[in-house]
Amino acid sequence: MARLETTAEVLRNKGVSRRDFMKFCALTAVAMGLGPGADLAIAQALSTKPRLPVLWINGLSCSCCTESFLRTAHPLAADIILSMIALDYQDTIMAAAGEQANACYEQAIERYKGQYILAVEGNVPLNEQGMYCIDGGKPFYEKLKRGVEHAKAVVAWGTCASWGCVQAASPNPTAATPLHKLFPNKPQIKVPGCPAIPEVMSSILTYIITYDRLPSLDAQGRPEMFYGVRVHDQCYRRAHFDAGQFVESWDDEGARSGLCLYKMGCKGPTTYNACPSTRWNNGVSFPIQSGHGCIGCSEQNFWDQQSFYDRITTIPHMGTNSTAESVGVAAVAGVAAGVAIHGAASMVRHACDKKKAPEVNDDTSKS
Amino acid sequence: MSYEYSTQGYTVVDAGRRLVVDPVTRIEGHLRCEVNINDDNVITNAVSCGTIFRGIEIILKGRDPRDAWAFTERICGVCTGTHALASVHAVENALGIDIPDNANIIRNLMQLCLMYHDHLVHLYHLTGLDWVDVVSASTADPKATSELAQKLSPWPNSSPGYFKSVKDKLLKLINSNQLGIFTNGYWGHPAYKLSPEANLMVVAHYIEALDFQKDVVHIHTIFGGKNPHPNWLVGGVPCSLNIDGVGAADVINQERLDFVLQVIERCRTFAQQVVIPDTLALAGFYGDWLNIGGGLSKLSVLAYGGIPDIANDYTEKSLLMPPGAIINGNFNEVLPVSLTNPEEIQETVNHSWYKPYPAGKTGLHPWEGVTEPHYNPGPNIKGTPTDLKQVDERDRYSWLKTPLWRGHQMEVGPLARMLIGYTRKNDDIKDLVDDFLGRAGGVPVTVLQSTLGRIAARSLELAWSAEKMRYFYDRLIANLKNGVRATANTAKWSPETWPTSELRGVGFTEAPRGALGHWVKIRDRKIESYQCVVPTTWNGAPRSPDGQLSAYEASLMNTHMAIPEQPLEILRTLHSFDPCLACSTHIIGPDGKDLLTVRMDRGM
Repeated sequence: MARLETTAEVLRNKGVSRRDFMKFCALTAVAMGLGPGADLAIAQALSTKPRLPVLWINGLSCSCCTESFLRTAHPLAADIILSMIALDYQDTIMAAAGEQANACYEQAIERYKGQYILAVEGNVPLNEQGMYCIDGGKPFYEKLKRGVEHAKAVVAWGTCASWGCVQAASPNPTAATPLHKLFPNKPQIKVPGCPAIPEVMSSILTYIITYDRLPSLDAQGRPEMFYGVRVHDQCYRRAHFDAGQFVESWDDEGARSGLCLYKMGCKGPTTYNACPSTRWNNGVSFPIQSGHGCIGCSEQNFWDQQSFYDRITTIPHMGTNSTAESVGVAAVAGVAAGVAIHGAASMVRHACDKKKAPEVNDDTSKS
Repeated sequence: MSYEYSTQGYTVVDAGRRLVVDPVTRIEGHLRCEVNINDDNVITNAVSCGTIFRGIEIILKGRDPRDAWAFTERICGVCTGTHALASVHAVENALGIDIPDNANIIRNLMQLCLMYHDHLVHLYHLTGLDWVDVVSASTADPKATSELAQKLSPWPNSSPGYFKSVKDKLLKLINSNQLGIFTNGYWGHPAYKLSPEANLMVVAHYIEALDFQKDVVHIHTIFGGKNPHPNWLVGGVPCSLNIDGVGAADVINQERLDFVLQVIERCRTFAQQVVIPDTLALAGFYGDWLNIGGGLSKLSVLAYGGIPDIANDYTEKSLLMPPGAIINGNFNEVLPVSLTNPEEIQETVNHSWYKPYPAGKTGLHPWEGVTEPHYNPGPNIKGTPTDLKQVDERDRYSWLKTPLWRGHQMEVGPLARMLIGYTRKNDDIKDLVDDFLGRAGGVPVTVLQSTLGRIAARSLELAWSAEKMRYFYDRLIANLKNGVRATANTAKWSPETWPTSELRGVGFTEAPRGALGHWVKIRDRKIESYQCVVPTTWNGAPRSPDGQLSAYEASLMNTHMAIPEQPLEILRTLHSFDPCLACSTHIIGPDGKDLLTVRMDRGM
């Protein structure tokens, strides 16, 4: 991205010499009552790379993405917020409120025009003139448009901003609308999930900071490195699926042995996310490891597909890219056939009966 | 245009200068606050406007009741899990499902974990900056800070070198000319009273708490798979217990239980060595705020009760957080509360952006609620409907409805719970409160009925939650020792086992911000209607039809503002409630009119 000038560079460009700059730092240190050596620290701070400016705004959402982001363990949220980015607007944790908060937003947009990342959590209600979400007495949509206009890029945090999520589930009473439908031409990254995984969120930012570019995206605008593979294909319980070993009922012996949750409605076979590999909350667990099927929370319209406990028999043809789509169709067809075959027989017999194992091609997911 | 009237002991005067705070930040969701101040900068009128509406409940109509927890959990990502708990309870209540003891224990562990986490984040990251001057902290002497910290607590992160490192981090940030989240804060405001050293100490704990809170939720991650928004299950919990058999490595085994225990023990230590001492320090510097912002906590408080000690028993004897209501300032009597009596809990919409109720109806019990959203701020606003400069509180001014208990506006939340528990002489709560009051210098219990008292009550509840987590952990281990492994009751898992006639259920708990209830109707195995009445709807409501102020509004009355342009005093008091606006606005379908006999399987 185009680089911001450091304070030292601004002063140099204005004709202030290095010698005068150091004098300024020393005087500042004295004025602030700081001890010896502080002038050098100030000079260092003013000369280092400016932090990436990030403005984070919330529309219709539940703030789970803010909470998720605060949970990131590597890097620590405190380090990101205090040392790695300049989070000049984030209304859940910022000090200022009311007019002072609105001023933060305007000042940052003016100061970093074309340089800042606009991080958006939640989405925009279009019904009732946008007044289902009011910010500063006006529709949230106004604030969003203002921020998008001058942003270098937009990050759509979570399924709300990416796809619409729960408030956009049928019948979508507020006409909640995700970002890509409102700003189809603005560079944006979708980071879906309800919420997105903490370390996925933080690493999107550290990637941008470290490599000075946006990560490579799939056809739907999701970072490939986190959304390129199905949950099912990364799942540590996959071997049980292939062997036909399933949980048949909650808390049965299969559940107590960590067998595959496909028959309990797991949406892993149609969901693209990094849960089984990155896992949640510093790698502690993820939904399947804790005994509940994946509910598909990073997928478009996941609320309206079927019950979270219905077995997948078909998958939507919209909402997956061409590669993922063909893989998904083949794999799920195989799954359905496999389960039908397995239905009547015992787990043990099928584990031994290789001929009747589900015909799922493990290799196609990365093709 | 100005008006004046008396309510609840306050004289509301709409005259003088009008101040608007929008957005109120460091909360969940979207909240607007307007106040009038007189010539002495004292607030004479306060107006709370909820400015977000999502309509989750109408979305639930026609869905599988077993899925409802996931939808309602997404009402709020801050108090994540608490709506899911109320939801599975409501559906189980409707279907007549009892859950195993282990499931009750694990649900309690998750709810207590949430309580602890939510209160921790509130103290440091939401309200903290109202009391701590970050710029002042950067001028502190690390050695003196170390002496202060070591005097207050045995917490080991207290060396001069440690505090110097925090100070250096702050200085680097301040000197970078990119203040980030601290931009435009109210630094140097005369209402900040902590010494530079106390400021630096609490800033250090702000950073430590930010690191620690991500570990607190590991209890959710282990039992529920992720946080925010862990997974729940109608009939029990989705995780299975296995400490001996094949496959134990894949589910909740000894390693996972040890992990949970370690988190619980860290929670207990952090509560006793950091949170409580910091709360006492705040009380020491801000004694005046123990007399400001009491509002309805002096008049009318409500709790439904929560954390059942005995699985499937939601009566007073089982609920570790005691239920009850106190009205008219009579703190000698706790009245019983029923969630099913149509005369008790009712919601009104006279000042909300909804179509009026049918003729002759003012308040409706959640079972018979009629709700149709309609944005209509009235003809006397200043500005335009899509550019509000000033709302008209005599007309409609919020997306929140106004819930009333027997006609009273009520305060809910940690302070309400502590006052109800204290009045009921609940041993745990009385000991906790009395110990704190003693350490605060022998102050009377009435100091809790204030802005800072509300914050202190939350800290006390955080400490209580940590102790109760340990209690329930030990109960879980005792069950495992006795070979009790069940975590789910699947007898009525299949919808084919349910009758097709209408079934009604109520689920409730004490969420971090207060009393939470879900009311569900199921017919033909689908959700027919769903209604939530949530804590921030109680506290942040607009006025009642007879003009009673809500808890937010009452608590702001008569507060003096040092610098009206900088709304620090307003933020302190509003934040003391920990507002959560995504939770507070909701809707049910207009079909909820027909009232049938409520079917209850268990005592309420």
